[in-house]
Amino acid sequence: MTRGNGWIGTILRVNLTEGTIKKEPLNMQDAKDYVGARGLGTKYYCNEVDPKVDPLSPENKLIFMTGPLTGTAACSAGRYEVVSKAPLTGTIGAANSGGHFGPELKYAGYDGIIFEGKAETPVYLHIDDELVELLPADDLWGQGVHPVTEALEAKHGKVHVATIGRPGERMMLYAGVMNDKNRAAGRGGMGAVMGSKNLKAVVVRGTGGVKVANPEKFMEEATKARTMLRAHPVTGEGLAALGTEILVNIVNEVGGLPLHNGRDGSYWDKADDTSGERLVETHLVKNQGCFGCTIACGRVTKIEGRGDLDGFGEGPEYEAGWSYGAACGVNDIGAIVKANFICNEEGMDPITLGSTVACAMELFEMGAIPESDIGFPLRFGDAEAMVKLTQMCADGEGFGNIIGLGSYRLAEKYGHPELSMSTKKQEMPAYDGRAIQGIGLEYATSNRGGCHVRGYMISPEVLGLPVKLDPQVTEGKGALLKTFQDLTALCDSTGICLFTTFGIGLPEIAGQYREAVGSDETDEEILLKGERIWNLEKRFNIEAGVEKDTLPPRLLREALPSGPAKGKVNELQTMLADYYAARNWTSDGIPTQEKLDELNLTY
Amino acid sequence: MAKQLVVDPKKCVACRTCELVCSFKHNEEFNPRLSNVSVFHYEEAAITVPIMCMQCDEASCAAICPTGALKRNAEGVITHDANKCIVCKMCVSACPLGNVSYSVAKKKIFKCDLCDGETWCAVHCPTGAISVVDPDEVPDKKKLAADKLKAAVEEVCA
Repeated sequence: MTRGNGWIGTILRVNLTEGTIKKEPLNMQDAKDYVGARGLGTKYYCNEVDPKVDPLSPENKLIFMTGPLTGTAACSAGRYEVVSKAPLTGTIGAANSGGHFGPELKYAGYDGIIFEGKAETPVYLHIDDELVELLPADDLWGQGVHPVTEALEAKHGKVHVATIGRPGERMMLYAGVMNDKNRAAGRGGMGAVMGSKNLKAVVVRGTGGVKVANPEKFMEEATKARTMLRAHPVTGEGLAALGTEILVNIVNEVGGLPLHNGRDGSYWDKADDTSGERLVETHLVKNQGCFGCTIACGRVTKIEGRGDLDGFGEGPEYEAGWSYGAACGVNDIGAIVKANFICNEEGMDPITLGSTVACAMELFEMGAIPESDIGFPLRFGDAEAMVKLTQMCADGEGFGNIIGLGSYRLAEKYGHPELSMSTKKQEMPAYDGRAIQGIGLEYATSNRGGCHVRGYMISPEVLGLPVKLDPQVTEGKGALLKTFQDLTALCDSTGICLFTTFGIGLPEIAGQYREAVGSDETDEEILLKGERIWNLEKRFNIEAGVEKDTLPPRLLREALPSGPAKGKVNELQTMLADYYAARNWTSDGIPTQEKLDELNLTY
Repeated sequence: MAKQLVVDPKKCVACRTCELVCSFKHNEEFNPRLSNVSVFHYEEAAITVPIMCMQCDEASCAAICPTGALKRNAEGVITHDANKCIVCKMCVSACPLGNVSYSVAKKKIFKCDLCDGETWCAVHCPTGAISVVDPDEVPDKKKLAADKLKAAVEEVCA
């Protein structure tokens, strides 16, 4: 089958050790059961790789996968997923990115790429429709994301590029894969896996198209979803005007913005200095959309008149704005924008990096890290030190290499692993699980470690979408989180952006999916695929030997000292029991055979 | 009288939805390379410009067409009749704006036909960067300039 039902029907298999490239038919049964992108990439991965594999060894594989809606006019359908075992966490790693790269891969004639082995010397994959070749990348090795992208565009014409920066080459544990310069498959270290294979970039140009099963009905569904997004106050107005940084003041007002590595609670009197409103006043050039997106939350930003800080690029998102802002106690928005630029230009996850700097600041202030190790004092609020450390991390210089380990390994090295604000060794983002109970449960149970985009409980608990829930109530959060996680897994796997779920829900996602792939499944049957994906990820993690679901002791035992949620800790155990029950897992968090049978999941 | 497509680069967010829906409307597949509208993004200027056929009054594509495949219809739109077209591509060379295209894959000529009045690029544009207006109602730029001058005079006098 070629080019129909949302799919192209072809997967590229690239063996970097042998230098061979094969085109093979897409496994349509797996595509049906695991939807696409995150789900299908994970299924391919689990079929082929031992869960105990060393993520940075040649035995590991790296998968780029699109979804059946990627490259169509479905709402915000410019996404693809990079899947492998994550070097930062040892969990399944699945990192999602927008921009224009994913759709272009499909137009070139491929639903996904599976990379195997390790090239002897640096290479990049060049795809121009039918032509697929490995080319030497020796002259690109050692260069950052932007110069590499520009060099490949100059050489190959109208192409889209996914690449790693220098940290990825060095296998820094949270290096990301960057496409279209500033779009990131950011978390967990997918860029490190790419670097471990001596694979510098993937360059793609495609002139073919994507067809759907029921063209007329598909456009009806897509138009309905797009219209809803344009009419919704968050997706039609708020995100375009203020970006995701719109959340800074909103989250701070509920006392949920973690301050100083969470040491000093989660309410900050300087939050507004780092807000979306302030970013518009100070650095925003314009807003920009990924491929086919009605929301256009992207921030094109510029720093002028700040000497060494001057620059041009994109972002920050709310999460990076927080990790470099409140987490480090830095209210210099120019420094925050700059640190985020460095992360984009070198392909590093700013959530983990900023949060690791914050952890180092706490360790320094308590005397656990001597100044001689760092080379300079590192106190909360020091914008200059924060930017400097970010640059040192990019350069692989001195203490920057320790920052490059992530907060868990850093804190462990200095004798205080409990001060890493991470779950499963990945840093939790910008919402305090003590002030907002459900997001704490989400961090504890996320299949890729600390993460906000595995079941965004902030939606009901803070924003009131689809219904307003009290952030402090624990009852019912377990069951709701299960539904959110399943829906998110489905959404990510179709190829549309998770941000659409602020304005649309299961009926619209399922509607677009049905008409694209030509299915007559019910909404519930389609949501079940999301649950199957979640359980597969969990099964992988169990087989990989990942630790149990929990939170850092700070969230469980240190009551918030101030703000609207003063005196609160996260009530994890209560919610966890409800959550496992809702999942039909054992009380230890293991999927039951009954559940696996119901999902027809064998792994 | 033909409707007029009007482009406002200030509103364009570079999402290329217009390319997607245009290619789908005319080919039943999503393929930006077959779109009659093309989006050009100038990264450092942070400006994005969608470009499409302006349905010229003095249409050189139609003038040069040897078989009458390109003709102005009753609504004033230059339409392309594939049955009459010999794919000589003279129209591609003749259009001074580059808005008549040739697909190597499909071996065909294609250009904007204003979707028989539905103009999908404008309908689906999320920001209003592409709109369709009656030529008689194109925003009067002279009036806008006068408005600015009036405001300046008011400020000076106040």
